[in-house]
Amino acid sequence: MALQDVCKWQAPETWGPSTHLPQAGDWAIPQGCNLQTFLQMHGPRLAHGTTTLAFRFRHGVIAAADTRSSCGSYVACPSSCKVIPVHQHLLGTTSGTSADCVTWYRVLQRELRLRELREGQLPSVASAAKLLSVMMSRYRGLDLCVATALCGWDRSGPALFYVYSDGTHLQGDIFSVGSGSPYAYGVLDRNYHYDMTIQEAYALARCAVAHATHRDAYSGGSVDLFHVRESGWEYVSRNDACVLYMELQKLPEPEPEGKASQAHPESVIPHRAGECGKLSSEPGEVSAEDSRMPAKTETL
Amino acid sequence: MASRYDRAITVFSPDGHLFQVEYAQEAVKKGSTAVGIRGTNIVVLGVEKKSVAKLQDERTVRKICALDDHVCMAFAGLTADARVVINRARVECQSHKLTVEDPVTVEYITRFIATLKQKYTQSNGRRPFGISALIVGFDDDGIPRLYQTDPSGTYHAWKANAIGRSAKTVREFLEKNYTEDAIANDNEAIKLAIRALLEMFSAKEIELQVTEIEKEKEEAEKKKSKKNA
Repeated sequence: MALQDVCKWQAPETWGPSTHLPQAGDWAIPQGCNLQTFLQMHGPRLAHGTTTLAFRFRHGVIAAADTRSSCGSYVACPSSCKVIPVHQHLLGTTSGTSADCVTWYRVLQRELRLRELREGQLPSVASAAKLLSVMMSRYRGLDLCVATALCGWDRSGPALFYVYSDGTHLQGDIFSVGSGSPYAYGVLDRNYHYDMTIQEAYALARCAVAHATHRDAYSGGSVDLFHVRESGWEYVSRNDACVLYMELQKLPEPEPEGKASQAHPESVIPHRAGECGKLSSEPGEVSAEDSRMPAKTETL
Repeated sequence: MASRYDRAITVFSPDGHLFQVEYAQEAVKKGSTAVGIRGTNIVVLGVEKKSVAKLQDERTVRKICALDDHVCMAFAGLTADARVVINRARVECQSHKLTVEDPVTVEYITRFIATLKQKYTQSNGRRPFGISALIVGFDDDGIPRLYQTDPSGTYHAWKANAIGRSAKTVREFLEKNYTEDAIANDNEAIKLAIRALLEMFSAKEIELQVTEIEKEKEEAEKKKSKKNA
C-alpha cells in the first residue's frame, strides 16, 4: 500500500485474529522475547518449599508432609494439606506449584475413574504413574512444576512411584520431595526397613518430617500422616511440627512426669501397649511415649 | 465424482438386517472349524487342519496365533482378514503395556477386536471382516477365559464354543458333553476338545494346541503342539 511505503511501516507477519492475544494454552509475552527467560525474569513466583515423604513397607505405604505453603518468604497458608487422595486406594503427595498439583490430580482422578469404568477394575499404581507422567510430559518446557509421590495399594501389594512434571516416573521404596527432603532422607535412611511395624512406621515418618521442618525454612506448620492399607487410605494424624520436634528431642523417660507433660492424645492411631518406634540411636531405650505423639491441632 | 462410490456398504435393510454382516457370517461358516474349551485350569483350542496342496509347505499354515504371552486366538473365515485383525491386536497388546504398564486382560483385547470389527460395519466404503475369532488366555488372577467374536462386532464369554464349518453340530456335541467331570482336569479337557472335533473329521486333520497354566512359575500359558495318531 502506498501509505505503508511512505511511512516505511512494516505490517506484522501474522495474519488472522488479533495478534496481541495468545494462542489457547500459550503465554502472553511481548513479541521477540524468549519464553523461558521472560518467565524466569517476570513470571509468577512459584512455591516450591515443602517437605513431603512417602515410603513403602510390609503393611502398606506411609505418606507424610508438612503443611506450610510458602511464596518466597511469605507463608501463604500454614495449614494446607499436601497429600491429595486420588481414589480409595491411591494418594499423592504434592510438591512444587500447588495449583499445578491440584489441577493435574483432578485430571488424574478423572482419567482413572474412566479407566475403572471401562475395564471393570481400578488401574494399578504403575498405570496411574505412567498416565500422570505422560500427560505432564506434553507440557514439558512450559514451567509446570509438579513433583509428586503416588502411594497406593494395588494387586501387586503396596506400591510407590515418584512422578515429576518433566515426565520422570520412578518406582522405589522411599521418596522424599521438596526443599526439606535432604533432611528427611537422612532420618529415613537411618531407620527404614521393610518389615517395620505400623507404629514404627508412623513414628519414623513423623520424625523425618519434624526434623526437616526444624531445619528448612520453607517447611513447617504441622505434620500430616496418611497410611494406605489393603483396605484403602486412612488419615492418621496431624501434629504440630514444633511440638513434635520438641518431644523428639526430649530424652525418653519412662517416669510418669515425662508422660504428664504430654497433652492428651487426639490422634486416631490404635495404641498398642509396648509397641513403639525406635527414634533415637540409644540402644535398648524403648519408651512408650514415642507411639503416642501429642496430636495438637495446628495454629498460626 | 468419487463421493458416489463412497457410501457405506453396510446399510440397513427395510426389515432391520445388516446384510453385509450376515453375508460375512456366511463366509465364516465356510471356514475350517475351530473349537475352544475352558477347563478349570486350562483353555484348549483345537482347529481343523485343512488338507494342503502337495507342494505347499504346511508349516506356514497357522490357524492359532499368539497375541501376547498370555493370550492366543484361533479364527474361522477369511485368512487374509484374520491376518489384519491379528496384527492390529498384537500392536494393541504392546501399546497397552506401554501406556498402562500392565499386560492386556483377555476381555480387553477381545473388546478391542470386537470394536475394530464393529467399526468396519459402520464405515464408508469398507466391508466387515469375514472372520469369527476364539480368544483364549489367562489374566493376572490365573482364571482361564474364552471369548468369541463375530463379524458384527459382538463378543461373549463362553465355557465352550465352536466356529466355522459344522460349528452347530460341534456345539451341540459340546452342550451334551460339557460337564464338570469332562473338565475335571487338564487331560480331560483336551480329550473333550479332541472328541468334539473327531465327531466331524478324521484324526489326521486335527492339530491341537494345548494351552496350560503353570501356577508355580506364575506364567500365563505354555503352548504345546500335539499331532494325534
